[in-house]
This record gives sequence, structure tokens and C-alpha cells, in this order.
Amino acid sequence: MARTGVFVCHCGTNIAGTVDIDQSVEASRGFPGVVHAGEYRYLCSEMGQDLIKNAIEEHNLDRVVVGTCSPRMHENTFRKAAAEAGLNPYMLEVANIREHCSWVHREMDEATPKAIALLRAAAAKVALNDPLDIPELDVEKRALIIGGGIAGIQAALDIAEAGYVVDIVEREPSIGGRMAQLEKTFPTLDCSACILTPKMVEAAQHPNVNLITYSEIDEVKGFVGQFDVKIRQKARSVDSVKCTGCGICWEKCPSKAPSEFEMGMAKRKAIYVPFPQAVPNVPVIDRDNCLYFKKGRCQICAKECPPEAIDFEQQDVVIERRYGAIIVATGFDQLDPSIYGEYGYGQHPDILTGLEFERLFNASGPTGGKVVRLSDGKPPRNVVFIQCIGSRDKARGMNYCSKICCMFTAKQAILLKEKVPDARSYVFYIDVRTAGKGYEEFQRRAAEEYDVAYLRGQVGKIFPEEDHLVVHGVDSLSGKIVEIKADMVVLAAASIARCDAPEVGRKVGINSDSYHFFNEAHPKLRPVETHTAGVFIAGACQAPKDIPDTVAQASAAAVKAIGLLSKEKLQGEACTAEVIQDECSGCLNCIAVCPYTAITEVEIEERHHGGTLKRTVAQVNPSLCQGCGSCTATCRSGSINLKGFTNEQILAEVDAICL
Amino acid sequence: MRYRYFPGCTLKGQAKNMENTTLAAATALGIELVELEEWQCCGAVFPLYEDELISLLSPVRTLAAAEGEPLVSLCAACHHVLKRAQELMQRNEDARHKVTEFLEIDYKGEGRVLHFLEVLRDDLGFDKLAEMIKKPLEGRKAAAYYGCLLLRPSKVMQFDDPENPTIMEDFLQALGAEVVKSPYRTECCGAYLSVTEEGVAADTVARILDSARKAGAEMLITACPLCRYNLENCAAEDGKEPVKVYYFSELLAEAMGLQFDDLMAKAIERRRSSDVGSS
Repeated sequence: MARTGVFVCHCGTNIAGTVDIDQSVEASRGFPGVVHAGEYRYLCSEMGQDLIKNAIEEHNLDRVVVGTCSPRMHENTFRKAAAEAGLNPYMLEVANIREHCSWVHREMDEATPKAIALLRAAAAKVALNDPLDIPELDVEKRALIIGGGIAGIQAALDIAEAGYVVDIVEREPSIGGRMAQLEKTFPTLDCSACILTPKMVEAAQHPNVNLITYSEIDEVKGFVGQFDVKIRQKARSVDSVKCTGCGICWEKCPSKAPSEFEMGMAKRKAIYVPFPQAVPNVPVIDRDNCLYFKKGRCQICAKECPPEAIDFEQQDVVIERRYGAIIVATGFDQLDPSIYGEYGYGQHPDILTGLEFERLFNASGPTGGKVVRLSDGKPPRNVVFIQCIGSRDKARGMNYCSKICCMFTAKQAILLKEKVPDARSYVFYIDVRTAGKGYEEFQRRAAEEYDVAYLRGQVGKIFPEEDHLVVHGVDSLSGKIVEIKADMVVLAAASIARCDAPEVGRKVGINSDSYHFFNEAHPKLRPVETHTAGVFIAGACQAPKDIPDTVAQASAAAVKAIGLLSKEKLQGEACTAEVIQDECSGCLNCIAVCPYTAITEVEIEERHHGGTLKRTVAQVNPSLCQGCGSCTATCRSGSINLKGFTNEQILAEVDAICL
Repeated sequence: MRYRYFPGCTLKGQAKNMENTTLAAATALGIELVELEEWQCCGAVFPLYEDELISLLSPVRTLAAAEGEPLVSLCAACHHVLKRAQELMQRNEDARHKVTEFLEIDYKGEGRVLHFLEVLRDDLGFDKLAEMIKKPLEGRKAAAYYGCLLLRPSKVMQFDDPENPTIMEDFLQALGAEVVKSPYRTECCGAYLSVTEEGVAADTVARILDSARKAGAEMLITACPLCRYNLENCAAEDGKEPVKVYYFSELLAEAMGLQFDDLMAKAIERRRSSDVGSS
């Protein structure tokens, strides 16, 4: 017979204000198997825990029910206390009489019977509890970082410095990401390449960092500590070991294609490195645009390559590797503003996005660093910047603020004035949002010292006229309609999730918000963790953010990964599913619903009428099982039980509440 | 190809030529336009309030009179009201019950409601139209002027992209004209402000005409009698290179090689037959 102790917490007035504690304790004494009942003002306090521990000893309790807050809050606290008194921690049940009862009711005469029912259910369940063992799991001392932008690079360097091996998987031929495309960075106007390139090189040279560029994730299996990942290394058509990066191949290559790095504003060759500071400085052949792959002739690159590094026969290679932790740092895209027909983006060469305009400042950019109009090559006089293109727009764009646009616009206006001294900038804005260290001062400088006209209002339409653009807008502060004869228009297009973010999320097993930005486990207290143990996020794949925030988040994610990798063993899930193989019919529906591929089919031998019979049944691998319960709900014959939540236990709870 | 045809009041008066030329061209193209019997006003202005149901009685009666057959109109304003009334009948069950019960008719929002340009684009096809052109408008620099009623609200009108429409340019191309694109082609002509705020309409019209002129157009086409009225009457055009305004159908009839006499004869014939029909 069970010897159960019930302890009811007042939680100050949180519970006691709505639930009659004395009455609940009194009622608990009458539950089957209960030999002791008590109460305390704050059970989670040290005194409260001691009360439980002492009672376990004094009354020789073998089971405990605590009527407290949600188990998500303090289940571990109480389990630890029970364990310290010599009980198996799984011999304790929490009746949530705060969130499920006192907080959602006002009347004591209604809340008290409900609290008693919840306590009775917990007591009925705990009577059927069995001691459970917490399995220990190995940790592969290696981290995977998906995405080689500044977030991925920073996280990789931090992890590598802590002494663990880390792989960066980058889709593009070079690491560097969005930051590599920037000319200067706000609010200090450091040259982006000058602060990024050393980090890229450091990552490449660090003995603990492996760069796996021009590669994508094919598949992620396993679980925290033991993720089994398949990485597809796309055929580069160049032998990375032989290649010296001399550049003769891309000088000689006759075919051109729009450069992704230059946002399509310049051409690159079919064999190319995306930008001069590329790391690794090894080109790839874009097979869609290579004459040899298209038409079977040319091969000039191979003929000219001094170390004979060109390899047309190269195939995609799938690398299979085990990792203890994963950091997702896949970055962001820029919204295509052509959805706003009134701005005419894509129909006029002098209407650009912020990122496109940025490239015009860069010495290796499409104009060689000259800020000129793409239509006629002349420097612009009047440049109109329009903020919130697709941001803060419920009707046609994204509801959120993209956070970086106010600042990069101020930056570009300053840079413009420095490059083209007689240029004038106009900025149409909804609000100027410059929270951040040194940000407000920077933006004020643009307005006050660089002659940037800030107009609070929106642009209705842009009319191309002869050799200029007529911008019709409203200045809501003066209440006037304004018309600006502009030479160029720069649209601060919203930062959006990568178009394939949902697919990446599915592969890695993390979820995202309605905009496809990856979700953190808690918006305040667990900002770099995800709901999948061992998977962390960093940078603009979580939400739009600037470089300082991205780097901070990347280091935070690295710390979390290091903490995980530094453990010798991980505690696994005690509440796993278990097949009662005698009863299993072998329908294997459970395999289809298991999200962790923890169930496999096995053949068992049974004695049957004197002979032996072979039969297929399901089997759960407890180290893969995360205890979600999908299989138990699916099982037609009820022959899968989740430990700690067996069918009998659940029914006992239901009975106890309904009786 | 058979369609029910709703002319609307302006096409029997001010914009008679839009009707005449369209009917003549339609006949030549094998498009049968059967005028609704005893038709009445389209409603003129689509109500700004969704519960202002009284203004919907007339257009809904018109929609029901098409008996499920595709209903074609020419005047941009008529088409606008009919199309939006139909959409409201499809979307707002409560409004539909009230209106149809009052009218004692059974109408559930069925039938296609088309502008004649849509018939040319979607049912006949501009490629086919181009083949049937007898006197292409070679060397004529023509620009489209859409105005607002055909395009907006774009989700309801489903006519074309409201910011970058192409239907009228494609139409002009099919006629063999040299198509000129003017940036102000979808801007407001000033609408009824030409009556109450003449200065505003003068300003908007001047922009539209100047922009077309700068783009090199010698003529504009429109499908809206009010637009045409404003474009022809509101701006001081003295001494400027003229930009003539036509109904789209006038250029269509010309390119089809239809003579004025033919048009008149057809018109007279039609009037006779409709007199017979209504008596």
C-alpha cells in the first residue's frame, strides 16, 4: 500500500487567496494511500523543502504530492528535495493549483473543490508511479554552425577558443555573409571589410574551425549531444587543395552572369569568387552559366590554371558527421520592393534598395566606388530615401520594424555627402528609431551637420520624367504635399527571413514565427535557445538586427553551446515510451508518427503451441525518445506506455477528478 | 461570342461615339452585344458605406437582368459600379438578402461582369485582334490613360495591375500604333472636382497631358467619359503641342477600317431595332 504525503502551498496569497488551504489539507487526508498531509506558506523555499524532507523521514513516505504552481516552474525543485530525502525523484507529482486553479478563479467556494479534485487526481496518479532512471547520454565534442556570416563566424571563433572543434557550413562560395556587402558600419563608420576580413581570416586559420563552404544541410537526425548531420558539399569544380587563388581562371573566363554579391548590378564570370576578400579564396564554377557545362566546349580556365586545379568531373559530396550542438545563423534577405508598384522599383535603374545603394560606395562595387546614377553614370544631386518599405505595413508588407533602416539610411546619407559634396538627401520617414549606443547622436549628426532633410511622411508615387524622378510625398509636419525632383531614390526595403528559412527550420527541427524568423525558447530569458535542446540561434535569422546585436547574440549562443559541449554526460529523458511487445500487433503506425525516429520494427520469437513463432513488433530506442507521447496516442491496442504517464496513470487521474 | 450589353446614360448622349464605334467594331469582330431591355441607371457612384443599400438597387437589378450571361459595359464608371455591386452581393450575404428581397428578384452574384477591353483581351485575345486589323495605326504615337475607375480597388475590379497596368498598351499595340508610356497614366483626372474645384482639376489634367506630351504622345485613349471631358476641357492648352483624346473604341473602329458612314448606318439600324424592341 502506498504511503503518500500531500503538501499544499499557500504561495503567499497567490493560492491561499482563492483556495481554502485548511479545507484542502483536510480533504487530502482522506484520499486513498495518503498517510500525511501538510501545508506551508512557501513550499519552494528552503524551509518548505525541509518540511517535505522531514515528513518523508518521519512518516516513512514513499510518494509525495505537492499542490503548488505549474510543474514547469518548480517540479525540478521538489523532485530534487524528494531525492535528497532518499526517494526516487519520479515518485513525486505536482498538482497545479495555481495557474490551473487559483489564478483563473475568483470565488473561493468554486476554486477550493477544484483544488481538491486536482490534488485527488495527483494522489491517484502517484499511487501508480514507478521509480524511473534518468539515462545518461554522450556528448559529441563538436559544434555545427549553419551560416557563415558575422554571426556564424563570431560564434565559431568563441567555440574554437574554448577548445572545441567547430564546422561552419556556408551556402555561398565564401564566408562573410551580408556584412561583407556593406561599405561602412554605423555608428562609427568603420569600414566593414576592415573589421570583418580579419575575422574571416582568423576563422579560416584557427585550428579548431573548419570551413565547409558552397555547402548546404541535407538532413539532421539525432538529438542533443548526438546530432547526425548530412552536409551536401556542392561540386565546386575546383580542387580546393591545389588552387592557389591566383585569379587567372576568372580573368580568362569568357562567360558572364549577374553577380549575386553585387545584387545583380554587375557581372561576374562563370568561374568566380564572389568578392576580392573571399575566404576561402577558391573559385567555384557556376555550372548553369559555364560554356563547358552548357555546350561542351571552352575549358579555357582548365588550360590556363597553373596548378591544374580545375576539375570538371567533381561531384557533390555528402559529409556525414556527428555534432553535440548546432547553432543556426542563416541571416536575412531583403524584401523585393517591386510589390509596391507605385515606387516603380525594377522599372527604373535609378530606383535602388538600400543594399544596392550600399554597393555603389564600395571600391570593388559595380561603379568602382563612385556614387553615380546607373542610368547615365552622373553623380546624383538630389537623393530621396524612403523608409519602411515593407516594414510596419500591415496591409502589404510586414507588421514589424526592420530596426536597421533608420540607421543605415542616416549612414548612407552621410557617406553620400562625403562622396558627392553638393548632393542633398531627403529622408521620408514614419518615425526615426535610433535606440542604441551612439545611434541617436549619429542620426542627429546626419540631420544637423550633413544637411539631410528629414520629412515626416510617406511617398505616394514616383514618376519617372525625362532624366529624373519626380517624388510625390507628404510632409505631415508642415501638412504640405511635397514634390521632389530626384536623381535617385533609395528604398529602405524590409529585412525579411530567408526564403528557405522554413525548410531549414524543418530540417533542424526548430519552429519559426509567422514571418519565418526562428523562434527563441523564451523571448526574454532564453533568447538564444530554441525549443529543441542543443539547437541555438543567432543573428538576423531570429529577427532583424544590426551588427552589434548580432555579434552579442552569436557570442551568447556560443556560450550555450560551449556549456553543453563541456559536459561529460547529458541527462536524458526518463519519461520515454515503452512498447508492451506481448500486446503489440505490429501495425507500426507508431513509426510513422514518431518525430524523433525513435521507433523501429524488430522481430521477436514467441512460444506458441509448443513451437516458436516469429512476429514483427515495434521497439522504442529510449535514447532517441523525447517522451512526446505521439506513439501512445496512436497505438490502436494501447500497447505503448509513456513512462511516468502510463495509460493507467492517466485513467486514474481522470477517475479521481470525475468521481 | 454573345454578351449582354449595358450602355449606361452617357453612352446615349455625350459619349455616343464610344457606343457607335464599339458596336460597329464588335460586329466586325464577331462579338454580339445584346442590349439589355429597359435598362436603367448603373447607380453612377458606388456607395461609400456598405449599408447604403438603396444605391445598390439599380446596379443589382441590372446584374440580375443579364440572366447569368456575361454582362459587358463600355463606360468605365458604369463598369466600376456594376463590378463592385456584384462583388458586394457575393461577399455580403446580409446585404444580398435585403437588396434581392426588396427587388423581389433572385440574384446570388453570378455571371461575369466585363469591360469591353477585357472581352478583347481575355475572350477574343489581342493576338487575334491584331490579325483582324485592316488599317494598322502605323506611326501614330498613342498613350493609354487609365484613370482610376477601371483599376481600383484592384482586388475587386481584377482588371489589371493598378500601378503598372498593360491592357490598354497591349490593345494599342494590337491596333498597330506606336505605344508611348506616360508615367501619369493611372493618376486621377480630377473627377467631379472639375465642377466644384476647377483649379484642382486643371492641375491634375495639366500634369497628365504634359506628361504624355513629354513622353512624345500625340494622342491619349480612355474608356471613361468623365476623364475625357476633363482632359479636353479643364487645362489651358493654348500654344502647346496638342494631345488629342479619343475613346479606345474610336481607334479600334478606325483600325478595323470602318468608315463613318458605316458607323452611322449601324447606329441608325440599332436605334430602329431597339425602338421596335421597346414598343
